[in-house]
Amino acid sequence: MSVVLPYLLSGISVGGQYALIAIGYTMVYGILRLINFAHGDVFMVAGVMMVYMCASMPWYIAMPLMIVFTVLIGFAIERVAYMPLRSAPRMSIMISAIGVSYLLQNLVAYITGGLSQQYPTIPFISDSINIGPANTKVVTVITPFLVIALVFALVMLINHTKIGMAMRAVAKDYDTAQLMGIRINSVISTTFVIGSFLAAIGSVLYFSNYTGVTYTSGAMPGLKAFVAAVFGGIGSIPGAVIGAFIIGISENIVKGFEAMLAVFGINSNIGIATFSDAVTFALLIIILVVKPTGLFGEKATDKV
Amino acid sequence: MLKIQDLVVNYGGIEAVKGVSVDVPYGSIITLVGANGAGKSTTLRAIAGLVKAKSGSITLDDEELLGMSTTDIVAKGITMVPEGRRVFPDLTVLENLKIGAYLRKDDLKDDIEHVYDLFPRLKERSWQAAGTLSGGEQQMLAVGRALMSKPKIIMMDEPSLGLAPIIVQGIFDIIREIHRQGTTVLLIEQNANMALKAADYGYVMETGRISLQGSGEELLTNEHVKELYLGKKKA
Ligand SMILES: Nc1ncnc2c1ncn2[C@@H]1O[C@H](COP(=O)(O)OP(=O)(O)O)[C@@H](O)[C@H]1O
Ligand SMILES: [Mg+2]
Repeated sequence: MSVVLPYLLSGISVGGQYALIAIGYTMVYGILRLINFAHGDVFMVAGVMMVYMCASMPWYIAMPLMIVFTVLIGFAIERVAYMPLRSAPRMSIMISAIGVSYLLQNLVAYITGGLSQQYPTIPFISDSINIGPANTKVVTVITPFLVIALVFALVMLINHTKIGMAMRAVAKDYDTAQLMGIRINSVISTTFVIGSFLAAIGSVLYFSNYTGVTYTSGAMPGLKAFVAAVFGGIGSIPGAVIGAFIIGISENIVKGFEAMLAVFGINSNIGIATFSDAVTFALLIIILVVKPTGLFGEKATDKV
Repeated sequence: MLKIQDLVVNYGGIEAVKGVSVDVPYGSIITLVGANGAGKSTTLRAIAGLVKAKSGSITLDDEELLGMSTTDIVAKGITMVPEGRRVFPDLTVLENLKIGAYLRKDDLKDDIEHVYDLFPRLKERSWQAAGTLSGGEQQMLAVGRALMSKPKIIMMDEPSLGLAPIIVQGIFDIIREIHRQGTTVLLIEQNANMALKAADYGYVMETGRISLQGSGEELLTNEHVKELYLGKKKA
């Protein structure tokens, strides 16, 4: 147990961070049927903005400001790169998303000179803490609770507010939603605002665990979160969250697999840990073969 | 009055509506009948702002609606019950009614009760997902949902489509009742017989054009209409 615990803890924590990104993918897909390839890069930009802002102001001002800017960036991307393509073929908007992704990466590469920037230490959440035999950071412990609270708030918003009802309607039927008087564009913008907001919070939790952030830092977590969303059934919020936790936990268990085997006297040094990413994708392939719509994919109720 | 003049609508290269003029005076039931593919739905969708018109004009009390967003047209008091009902299947019956009043900010309680009075079946199913309702119940819900916006004019696209005769009778009773309570009705039907009986004035549409118009009784006794739409051969 004492060997497994640290890996399990960090798996749950990383899973929660993936979940916050995955919700952005799955909600946008639910409403636009678009895989927003730029989402992982918005997450990275949130990280880089935090670095630069913390250089000139205290973290407690920088953080809310960074969240606001990230939300504005998410909103602007939709208005500039996706909205004009509303009635264009699916492929055009997909390519526009890929374009935005590269634009953000290159912009950040230019500004940072391509160098990794040290992520600021945020008091309290970067502190060390002992959970039984495991030594970890506070952020690892609070992440799952924060994620669950945010997901709960989001589910309440979608199921019990007027804008949430509009989101569910738009996800189903654009024309009829408009006949109700719903402005499709403001509902779509709301979706991007929520997705970017959660990605901004996710970036604080995620990058606090790492030393640096660079222009490619969004790629891997973005990909994992996307896989989590597909795994859970893209379009479904509960699916994305559960998928994210499963992926976070399993990749960390794989990382600790040799250490765990060692407890039983089995010494292997083939470097199973290096396969942790491969395991993520193997899981995805298995679930898609068994259930092509993902874990919660066919329940149309969760399309937003 | 809602006035449609020389409306032309294209889909890509295909002309679906080729210069249609229809008057909908307040307080009337106006019907647009015609075979499948005649361009009836396209005409309604153009009025609702869901498709762009190529030319012509659509005015409500002399205000041009062409170019307005659907949301703004709904806000002007024109609503539509779409072809195939299109209730939101995952939303409950009550949520479907509430979303029909999306633009309203006042209290909905009385209006929900009013819809439930018109359709007691819906009240029993208030908490059920709309997708689980029968076709007839979904049609009732679609009509009730449209009423929730308190429209001046309600447009209905083939409300009787695919429903059993007994239920169709009920739907037409409701249309008359809505009209009696003061809402203007623009009704599209392939069921020309029932539509013309209910209507004050009717238009017959054929391949994108109005081929005939007249009062309900006039059209019902017209030989051409009888032959083509009422399934009665000339004697
Ligand atoms: N979305 C569309 N794209 C292309 N053609 C369409 C579309 N909708 C309808 N049409 C064509 O326009 C014509 C009129 O259709 P419609 O207005 O639906 O007729 P109706 O409601 O009288 O049956 C038909 O020839 C139909 O095939
Ligand atoms: Mg039609």
